[in-house]
Amino acid sequence: MITLMSFLVGGLYAAAIYMIMRRSIVKLVIGLVLLSNAANLLIFTSAGMTREAPPLIPYGALAPEGAVADPLAQALILTAIVIGFGVLAFAVVLIHRAYEIVQADDMDQMKDTDT
Amino acid sequence: MLLAVLSGFLVAALAPLVHRLQPRFGGWLLALLPAALFIWFASHLRAVGHDGEVLLQSWQWIPSLGIHLAFRLDGLSLLFALLISGIGFFIVAYAGRYLEGHRDQGRLYVLLLCFMASMLGLVLSDNLISLFVFWELTSITSYLLVGFNHASKPARLSARQGLFVTVAGGLALMTGLVMLGMVGGSYELSELLTEREALTSHALYAPILLLIVVGAFTKSAQFPFHFWLPNAMAAPTPVSAYLHSATMVKAGVYLLARLQPALGGTELWTAVLGLAGAFTMFLGVFLAVRSTGIKRVLAYSTVMALGTLTMLIGIGTELALTAAMAFLLAHSLYKGALFLVAGIIDHETGSKDFLDTGGLGKAMPVTALFAGVAALSLGGIIPLFGFVAKELMFEAVLDAPLFSGILATLAVASAVMGVTVAAIVGLKPWYGQRVQTKKSPHEAPPALLAGPVVLATLSLLLGLAAPQTQSWLLGAAITAVNGAPVEKSISLWHGINLPLMLSAASLALGLLLYAGWALFRRGTRFVDLLAKIGPEQIYERSIDGITRLSAWQTRMLQNGYLRYYLMIILGSTIVLVGSQLFAFRDHITLLFDFSDLRLYEVVVAGVLASAVLMAVLTSSRLSAVASLGAIGFTVALVYVLFSAPDLGITQVLIETLTVILLVLVLFRLPRFIKLSPTHLRLRDAGLALAVGATMTLLMLSVNNTYYFPSISEYHIAESAPAAYGRNIVNVILVDFRTLDTLGEIFVLALAAIGVLAMIRFRAEDKDT
Amino acid sequence: MNSLSLVLRTTGYFLLPLLLIFSVFLLLRGHDEPGGGFIAGLVAAAAVCLHLFFTDVPSTRKLIHIDPRDLLGWGLFLATVSGVPGVFMGDAFFTSQWVELTLPILGETKLGTPLLFDIGVYAVVIGTVLTIVLSLAEAEE
Repeated sequence: MITLMSFLVGGLYAAAIYMIMRRSIVKLVIGLVLLSNAANLLIFTSAGMTREAPPLIPYGALAPEGAVADPLAQALILTAIVIGFGVLAFAVVLIHRAYEIVQADDMDQMKDTDT
Repeated sequence: MLLAVLSGFLVAALAPLVHRLQPRFGGWLLALLPAALFIWFASHLRAVGHDGEVLLQSWQWIPSLGIHLAFRLDGLSLLFALLISGIGFFIVAYAGRYLEGHRDQGRLYVLLLCFMASMLGLVLSDNLISLFVFWELTSITSYLLVGFNHASKPARLSARQGLFVTVAGGLALMTGLVMLGMVGGSYELSELLTEREALTSHALYAPILLLIVVGAFTKSAQFPFHFWLPNAMAAPTPVSAYLHSATMVKAGVYLLARLQPALGGTELWTAVLGLAGAFTMFLGVFLAVRSTGIKRVLAYSTVMALGTLTMLIGIGTELALTAAMAFLLAHSLYKGALFLVAGIIDHETGSKDFLDTGGLGKAMPVTALFAGVAALSLGGIIPLFGFVAKELMFEAVLDAPLFSGILATLAVASAVMGVTVAAIVGLKPWYGQRVQTKKSPHEAPPALLAGPVVLATLSLLLGLAAPQTQSWLLGAAITAVNGAPVEKSISLWHGINLPLMLSAASLALGLLLYAGWALFRRGTRFVDLLAKIGPEQIYERSIDGITRLSAWQTRMLQNGYLRYYLMIILGSTIVLVGSQLFAFRDHITLLFDFSDLRLYEVVVAGVLASAVLMAVLTSSRLSAVASLGAIGFTVALVYVLFSAPDLGITQVLIETLTVILLVLVLFRLPRFIKLSPTHLRLRDAGLALAVGATMTLLMLSVNNTYYFPSISEYHIAESAPAAYGRNIVNVILVDFRTLDTLGEIFVLALAAIGVLAMIRFRAEDKDT
Repeated sequence: MNSLSLVLRTTGYFLLPLLLIFSVFLLLRGHDEPGGGFIAGLVAAAAVCLHLFFTDVPSTRKLIHIDPRDLLGWGLFLATVSGVPGVFMGDAFFTSQWVELTLPILGETKLGTPLLFDIGVYAVVIGTVLTIVLSLAEAEE
């Protein structure tokens, strides 16, 4: 599965980069969403993919039975997902503001800071 | 000693307040500090100056790097400290009167006192690093003082020129000092000064020496860096008198003198310092005679003096070092006095050029008298201390082990023109026909006169008491520079010998040259052509070049197109990562293992891949958002399938909210339009695929490589026993790594406030 | 958004309190089972968003009583303060401190500063999402 995921994540990165490089700002936003998913999956895959062994400890026990999935990577990704939402919201509103001022959906027309 | 250095900064902080409370006598009040420092340093004259003790004090600063706030008071430091505080007293008092009523007078006090403190720190430092820090502080205060009249463009340009030249040299100096510290094994001067053999025979000796020499030459305006000093005369006159003749420009000379026992005495040392110094000396005095602006003449003659000092330190014999210290003292006294006189002329008549002056002696007899005394010392005429210094200089040059012929020729030629300069300064403004000036001249007030009177008188007294001057003040300084006591005794009269005859000859020739001054200036006009290719032009060109280069580079890199920024960043990433992967290809095994796949996983992956394709290719915003939703929920499924229930839940919730967010905003933006032509799309697609391929390769290679055990083991083992939690992910978030999570929720809150602000501001924009 | 069907409106009306209670449940059990401040906060915020969809901004604001911005502040405050007890117990900042209690219904319970921290996270997440969504919806109207 790791091999397959590696190719999927590569594909996600490629799609995200392509979208971010478009001139349309809406596509830029879509690219951002793709990029944060790609990064999360990258970390998730790199931590090794374990089936049916969530990092939970059974009631009354002091340690999980047998090997469990890497909890640290999960903790990282959990906050990354939420922060990704915050950043996305910020970016979206910023882009919307810029659009209102510049009145163009074209990144190339936003390159001047003096408007 | 720490207090002696810091008090300058402390009083500087109070200076504007003092100035506001006492606008008229603020100068005198603030001058009490240098006076007190002078008395304090003078109280060490017996112990340090006469008995040759060395005081050392040290405070910890950055002990881990071997940097201490170490201070050292020996003969050389004492000589400089006395000059700095003594002349500083007159300068501060003088500035109070000279700039009376000036809008920024308070600031001038601040800068002058800061400079004085930095300069004291420089000459008292026993640690190379703290010495360098103070060195740079003097450059910065000098910059601010030269640019004091910041409304004037030439002043700003001159300030910048001085700063660039000295700071560029400072950079070289820092490199040299750090290398010196590493080679010598210590940053303490007291230890380095005893390691001459090890240092001069080290392979890095030449680079170290040259780097330090560049630093010293820029500071002390040696050829080819001499051009900034005359331009620095844009500063108010007391500043020129203090920084650009008596003290700061001598910092380079001080450093060379200070390091003479550690680095000096080699052929390289003598060649570089001796020849450059001699040439600077000649060039300086030549340009001085060619100039007519009062401060310019004095500035160029300062260049000459600095050249002389460098040359003498370069020669490095006991005789030469004796001459250097005597010359240093003589020059500080007479040049300080003359600059202050130049300020008086400017202040009382409004003239800034010798050609606009004449016959002022009647209106200002006291000023004229003491200007004459100082000029006699400048010309090296018996019985002034300048005479003693000049005789010693001739003696040292004739006795030089290397290049004696060249040095002697240049020295005599310089001495001739030195007499001319003295005559210009001492005679031209005061005697002869009365020239009409802008203001009608009066005798200067005491605050302005005090400096020239005392300094010129000292030139006379020290000359008459030459042997005492040596035993109380110069002897210890010469010992410090030489590294061992020197037998040579200084006296006013040496009998009739070769140096005396050279002095007499140069006096006669110099006066002759003064008589033909105008003719000389006309006859040497060709020099102006040379200036077009001189170092100053090179400086101007390179500054222009740097400006153009940075403008070009900014246009190239900061072009405002997100695409190109991304291309540069991503392209570099691909190259860097790719080259590393390639370099380590033998150590990396790529993970190619499809054996563990289960059918439903392949289906999930297929859905994810097609949703991504859909998001990229669709031309409708709605289906783009829908495919984003599909991607999000599939990713959530991946999390759930691979043992991450918390992630799965979070992802589902966030996906829901993301869709709400996009619905709220995205549909108020215009539809997709095709903006890029096909070949650009292909180019972007190529780059995007390259990035994707790099990431895939990276992941395939990383997953077979483990360098050290994961920290997760600790978290898994300690979660229940130590943190009473059975959901290890949550325990990590709220217990093991709380501080990280705290930072993350702060980021969240900031994003929310940012959004709120952007929307609120828009509402306000519409209201107005 | 008022033109939505009666069914949705009624469902939402009953769903909201249920979801909010569920979110508190998720928050409290988060230390032992899947859940926790982030997830609980998102559930609560999503519940309010649902309410927003079948009413309007003023009534949603009225419903939640507290300005989401204040939730941000309180959340950050609680989270930061939860690190302080550790300092007084002679440990490093943010070292967790626990108290064992025997409560009437729950039996033996451990209360600790991590719970306080998680409540802070919960408040910040709700505050963030609602600040963003509500101000966007307001701009819409």
